[in-house]
Amino acid sequence: MNYLEMNHVRKSFGDLEVLKDISLTVQQGEVISIIGPSGSGKSTLLRCATLLETMDEGTLSYLGQAAVTMEQGHSVYAKPAELDAIKQCFGLVFQSFHLFPHYSVLKNLIDAPIHVQKRPKEEATQEAMELLEQMGLADKANAYPHQLSGGQQQRVAIARALARKPEVLFFDEPTSALDPELTGEVLKVIKQLAEANMTMIIVTHEMEFARKVSDRILFMDKGYVVLEGTPETVFQSDNERMREFLGKLQKE
Amino acid sequence: MSFQVILSQLASGMLLTISIFVLTLLFSMPLGFFVAFGRMANNKVIRFLTQLYISVMRGTPLMLQLMVVYFFPWYLFHISLGSFWRFPAIILGFTINYAAYFAEIYRSGIEAIPKGQYEAAKLLGYTKAQTFLRIILPQVIKIILPAVTNEVITLVKDTSLAYTLSCIEMFSVAKQIAAAETSMLPFAVAALFYYLFNLLVSLGMNRLEKKMSYY
Repeated sequence: MNYLEMNHVRKSFGDLEVLKDISLTVQQGEVISIIGPSGSGKSTLLRCATLLETMDEGTLSYLGQAAVTMEQGHSVYAKPAELDAIKQCFGLVFQSFHLFPHYSVLKNLIDAPIHVQKRPKEEATQEAMELLEQMGLADKANAYPHQLSGGQQQRVAIARALARKPEVLFFDEPTSALDPELTGEVLKVIKQLAEANMTMIIVTHEMEFARKVSDRILFMDKGYVVLEGTPETVFQSDNERMREFLGKLQKE
Repeated sequence: MSFQVILSQLASGMLLTISIFVLTLLFSMPLGFFVAFGRMANNKVIRFLTQLYISVMRGTPLMLQLMVVYFFPWYLFHISLGSFWRFPAIILGFTINYAAYFAEIYRSGIEAIPKGQYEAAKLLGYTKAQTFLRIILPQVIKIILPAVTNEVITLVKDTSLAYTLSCIEMFSVAKQIAAAETSMLPFAVAALFYYLFNLLVSLGMNRLEKKMSYY
């Protein structure tokens, strides 16, 4: 079964077409990286997949449950109750964390499981503590987000997304707001998740990381998927646009 | 006339002043939220009407608004409610005026919350009501506390405007005694009362602000 399936997705903001016929299928345990220049539509694709943005055309489904279908050339969204159920399938880690500043680290993790998923507090707390342990943040359970470094905050955000037990986890440039040192600690955590067979879709500018951790890489440009394949095929491709993109990165 | 006698005569007025203060806050603070939501509504008509309401409430004197509220049943419907209507009219007048100010304060706080907080809440599956009550509102309260304190302090002093509708609140009593006794002492006592009242208000609000400063 496909954990995520997006077919022929199109999205415009006014006259600007940001996504032009994008299809993406992700199997259980796959790690997909989406790379490409700014404005290529990577983040919009992620925002459409996570229902933060509505697509104009195309379909979307998680684990065989249809969230968006096509009717007469337009995307039609499932009923709110069905969408709520589908939302339980995935989590998203943002570029700028978006932790809840008025909640402690632990409460950031357990609030949604308790009040949205209606799980017992003891169980949620115990699992949250295990997650924090895994993130190397067990001693920060009672700290508030503003007392943590960016890297720690992002690891809390990852733990918060995992606390709901999603089947698919999205990352939207998870290290772009961090300095190189802090980037390392966040990437390490994502790598651990990959090794634990978590299904992940990662939008990133960290080429080395994408190469190492991904099963498949999508290179996007101007709203199209220009290249798709294993890290080797994508990074060694003769595609002019890809070479140009990598060249610019290396010069920096 | 001694200080104590003045104080005891002012006491009944003080009770009225405090009642106006408490009741106005009790009604206008929640009402302000509805006005703020109207002000931010997607519906153009609702937004325009609330904007007009806020504009009129802030653009005309409270004293005049009190008179309008008091006299409108007579001028519009030729109903004479008599003195029974006086106190409710005062509370209604203060409430609709202060709700407009509170609404704008709430709006400033709500709009200061980054979009990412809503998106994070949405991704975690919170309903709209949960998002507002659990995630947004606690952060809004922290942001708006200083502005709310300002408004509450102004209200303490504005209560004296109730004399417009011949309500004998504390300051009206003070004026009567001052006139009868040709003494400034009642005014001094009134000033002291307002000052101490507001001192309490600001001490209370400071404590609240401290309590909220853990993040």
